[in-house]
Amino acid sequence: MLKHSIKVVVVVVAAVTVMTATAQDLYGALARIDETGIINVGHRESSVPFAYINDEQQPEGYSIDLCMRVVEAVEARLGKEVEVNFVPVNPQTRIPLIANSTIDIECGSTTNNLTRQQQVDYSHTTFITGTKLLVRADSGIQEVEDLDGKVVALAQGTTNERVIKAMIEEMGFDTRVINVSDHAEGFLALETDRVDAYSTDHILLYGLIATARDPEAYDVVGRFLSYDPYALMVGRDDSEFRLLVNTTLSELFRSGEILEIYNTWFDPLGVPPTDLLEAAFAIQALPE
Amino acid sequence: MFDIGVITNALPFLWQGMQLSLLLTALALLGALVLGTLLALLRLSPVRPLAWLGLIYVNLFRSIPLILIIFWFYFLVPLLIGRAVGGFYSALIAFTLFEAAYFCEIIRAGILSIPKGQTEAGLALGLSQRQVMGLIVLPQAFRNMIPILLTQSIILFQDTSLVYVVALRDFMTAANVIARREGRLLELYIFAAFVYFVLCFVASRAVGGLQKRLAKA
Amino acid sequence: MNYNWNWQILTETPYLGWLWSGLQLTLLVSSVAWVIAFILGSLIGVLRTLKQPVVRALATAYIEIFRSVPLLVHLFIWYFVLPEVLPRNAGRWIKRDLPYPEYWTATVCLGFYTASRVAEQVRSGIETIPNGILDAARALSLSQRQLYRFVLLPIGYRVIVPPLTSEVLTIFKNSSLALTIGVLELTAQSRQIENYTFQGFEAFTAATVLYIVITLIVVWLMSYIERWTRIPGYLSQETS
Repeated sequence: MLKHSIKVVVVVVAAVTVMTATAQDLYGALARIDETGIINVGHRESSVPFAYINDEQQPEGYSIDLCMRVVEAVEARLGKEVEVNFVPVNPQTRIPLIANSTIDIECGSTTNNLTRQQQVDYSHTTFITGTKLLVRADSGIQEVEDLDGKVVALAQGTTNERVIKAMIEEMGFDTRVINVSDHAEGFLALETDRVDAYSTDHILLYGLIATARDPEAYDVVGRFLSYDPYALMVGRDDSEFRLLVNTTLSELFRSGEILEIYNTWFDPLGVPPTDLLEAAFAIQALPE
Repeated sequence: MFDIGVITNALPFLWQGMQLSLLLTALALLGALVLGTLLALLRLSPVRPLAWLGLIYVNLFRSIPLILIIFWFYFLVPLLIGRAVGGFYSALIAFTLFEAAYFCEIIRAGILSIPKGQTEAGLALGLSQRQVMGLIVLPQAFRNMIPILLTQSIILFQDTSLVYVVALRDFMTAANVIARREGRLLELYIFAAFVYFVLCFVASRAVGGLQKRLAKA
Repeated sequence: MNYNWNWQILTETPYLGWLWSGLQLTLLVSSVAWVIAFILGSLIGVLRTLKQPVVRALATAYIEIFRSVPLLVHLFIWYFVLPEVLPRNAGRWIKRDLPYPEYWTATVCLGFYTASRVAEQVRSGIETIPNGILDAARALSLSQRQLYRFVLLPIGYRVIVPPLTSEVLTIFKNSSLALTIGVLELTAQSRQIENYTFQGFEAFTAATVLYIVITLIVVWLMSYIERWTRIPGYLSQETS
């Protein structure tokens, strides 16, 4: 027991004082990264502004920036440079790929919920959103109740998919669901008039409008249909790596640097941090 | 309406994708040839259980969709072996195992097409079973099989587009990334179809020509 | 390996229902596509054997276009591009008024794609028919229509039953590509079960076993057809 406590203390000290650790203390993701010299970073391809493919075919965004801070912390911890290998993921593949350690960390727009925590683990909360509907401005759809007899696109594997499907079933609506693999495809379905609505987290809907060719043709409508706190996803039973991730985030929250990163990505969308999000940052700004 | 600029801008990225497609094809081809030959020898083995083993393998892999095999290696095998396989190796292993079943049948037919008298003559000269296979039967069989093996390789090249399901950036997936980002599906998909068509059409014509030359020789 | 096996998940609601509906869709997409492929493929195969150069060239072009472009690319073009280049009303009809557009797109595309392969089989089946039979038919002064109807096709089809078996198997496997445009067929449903339950091994094993069962049934059915259609004493039977 004593030996175990000492080991934990050593690990914590090592993580916060950025000391070089010896290989035998490492396990989980850190051990893998140390062995291969590569960190596998899962990223989404069309979650604007969290993680998406830019004009140079590289992933960028708010979550990617946070992950790059984590990579710096990993390098400091291991005392060597590591190569970042970006792995594109979608809502259906992200959890299996974390669970089977193909990716060490996922940087996208993933809701932290308790069901998923049976398979994977999460960092501190990095954003707070919820399910809404994206419709054409002239469609007349205002709320989920207006979807009866309509066609709606849902991304397979998202929390929004389950929420909307459950509501449709509960209300006994005759609503057809088109399955799409990611947000870009969902928006494409709406843009080409295949569906009347696309539903996902409200912030992502604003991101889709912002990158659309004719932004004024679309509206985000309705009340919040769910509560979706985002976090970076990491492997389960890997406290050492998760601590490293959370230490990195807490530092950003404490120093207020998080707001700079936030503004870089959310100012263009005209979305200031909500009081709730600022409170979350403050609460998670744990002291050293 | 057809915006050619979006394609020309993306050419370097698409070329990277094509290199991955070609690399996957070449490696899987090599793997499938080796494994396919072994399987063909198994299937022709006089030892019954070995022949059955080969038969079961071939029929198993001819029953399962390629996509499902890729998923097995990408999502589940890492849980079994305790380390990640990754998109590239998942696809490579899946293609190799899958195509080996087809190559096995081609190679088996090729071996059977060599007259039995040659084997008997070889054995009569005091060559071992292995020498007869390696020095007499297989070289001739492969020569006869070249056209159909090449045709199967063209199919393999087309099949590599399926790595789309594990988001590996081959030519098709690269075209798809650009298509979705730029909202230019028409241009990119038609271009992708055009490139595949030119490559595969020219290749299959070349194979046809080769077939005629071999038939004459 | 750290994994909680739970085979019972496959028999629970709604997962058993998902597997069942996935299996139904796989069977439905494949068999309707096969009907399209068989009819269209026969037609194009016959056109390939005609004397008229223009007709032959068109049939050849069809085959080359479908054989030289991967199925996935075809599927994306049919699903994402075709409705946008058609006249507005026709495009809207495909996307909205047609029930289950993704299902029909996948089925028709797979049918057209497989037709090119069937056509090649039909052509080679007709071409293997010995000249003696052709001469005999001409001596009976059969018209071209009668020649195909009573001589070439009946013999040709019976010769190509074994290679067609492999095309039928391929169409079932290729139907899994429909998942890329959102058709929840067998492979897609097994992934969905994995996503909801995290029981990937069980779900993928179920799908794999079902595909093997489909194969066994197809092989059994086709060998029955093969025996039933065998032409006694016809030498092409030896090559299968």
